[in-house]
Amino acid sequence: MRWSRVLETIDDAWRPRLAPHVRMVFNTARGEYALLSPETVWAINPTGASIVELCDSRRTVGEIVSELRSRYEHVADDDVRHFVAELVTKHGMEIDHG
Amino acid sequence: MDKPYGLLAELTYSCPLQCGYCSNPLQLDDYRDELSAEEWKRVFTEAAGLGVLQLHLSGGEPLQRHDIVDLVQCASQLGLYTNLITSGLGLSTRRAEQLRDAGLDHVQLSIQADEQAASDHIAGTISFQRKQVAARLVKKLGWPLTLNVVLHRQNIDRIGGIIGMAEAMEADRVELANTQYAGWAGPNQPELLPTEDQLARAEVVVNEARERLGDRMEIIYVIPDYYSEYPKPCMDGWASRQFTVVPNGEALPCPAAHELARGLGLPPANVRDHSLEWIWEKSPLFQQFRGDAWMPDPCRSCERKEIDFGGCRCQAFALTGDASRTDPVCHLSPDHGLVEAAVAAANHPLRPAPGPLIPRPQLGRTKRAVAPAPKGIPVALSSTVLKDK
Repeated sequence: MRWSRVLETIDDAWRPRLAPHVRMVFNTARGEYALLSPETVWAINPTGASIVELCDSRRTVGEIVSELRSRYEHVADDDVRHFVAELVTKHGMEIDHG
Repeated sequence: MDKPYGLLAELTYSCPLQCGYCSNPLQLDDYRDELSAEEWKRVFTEAAGLGVLQLHLSGGEPLQRHDIVDLVQCASQLGLYTNLITSGLGLSTRRAEQLRDAGLDHVQLSIQADEQAASDHIAGTISFQRKQVAARLVKKLGWPLTLNVVLHRQNIDRIGGIIGMAEAMEADRVELANTQYAGWAGPNQPELLPTEDQLARAEVVVNEARERLGDRMEIIYVIPDYYSEYPKPCMDGWASRQFTVVPNGEALPCPAAHELARGLGLPPANVRDHSLEWIWEKSPLFQQFRGDAWMPDPCRSCERKEIDFGGCRCQAFALTGDASRTDPVCHLSPDHGLVEAAVAAANHPLRPAPGPLIPRPQLGRTKRAVAPAPKGIPVALSSTVLKDK
């Protein structure tokens, strides 16, 4: 699976950002966040939305993890990596290496 | 009941192309009383209120609507992600700039092959060069570009060249789905269904291209479901995630459900008469196959019923005349012989050379105009389509 291949190589020094044609919205009818890209909707939970907000192409994955830890009690090490890796694989996010 | 995520707005069935695989209904003249811009805007507003996030503006050719910029602007202001599904004909530089300023998010451009003569032949219209120009314009204005090439027996052998063309256009995504046999593709099915050998070759090409291109271009490749063991999860279930509004305001749970909706004899769910909320939540048409209570066996007791939802209702209707039967594509369906016969015919060694497709009529937008009669040479209708029930 390409997904796991990306996950294995993901580096804490990566600086992720949403792909140019992807945007996050809050869908009031459902009360949930979603990422929108060409002909695609990814529903995301509030933690996912917090990650996306921090993916500004300046912060590294490592910095995003610490930032989330300062806000929430339970942030597993791999949560951010999984999330970013999956979106990179699906063309929803891009990364600057190091 | 979940809320819909997507709305396919078929703004008009007018189209300069005459593709023999068009998913529009055979009775095009029944849909000429098109919704006005004001009516569409109300539909978009209600859709956003219902939870719709993705709006697909299609047709026919949506650029045939003179009010397309106005419609895009309205949808964009509602926060909808707006996708224009176009042949590229009618996308002048000026129009494109207006659409960009109106907030259009994405363009999906159709093309029929990677070479002018083949593409123009399938489209029934000289269009290849204009589509190339449209592709450049889309990229120049900074939109993400999806190139959509509907695959079938007459162009699938060109798949390598098609992917090469998509690369040259710098498409972000290329959609290479074999046609579904709905609408005009129904009677044309014998000329559209590829052989097993064609599919085997195409798969090798797709896999090589995916390996080579990696993340640069997304390749969506879909084989004809006639060759699948199980049916596809059509629309992720009837009236579950998305719906369609056709030019005259009828709402359908699936873009190919025109005939089925009439065949059921249920009152039409038209946006001119009802709110979208009522249509989605209460209309008999949308309730008809929602969930799994309607399912006959073998679906009812099948562990895959949550995976494929019994397959495509429109396909079951087209092939058996009964929309509530298991999709005949499924190898467990009692009607699977219909699909096997079509596949056997497609692969028959003594099959005659490719014949012409029945062209979809080239339809203008003037309401009074009479659609030109299909000029094509009559082709025998598939026995699977005309199967008595």
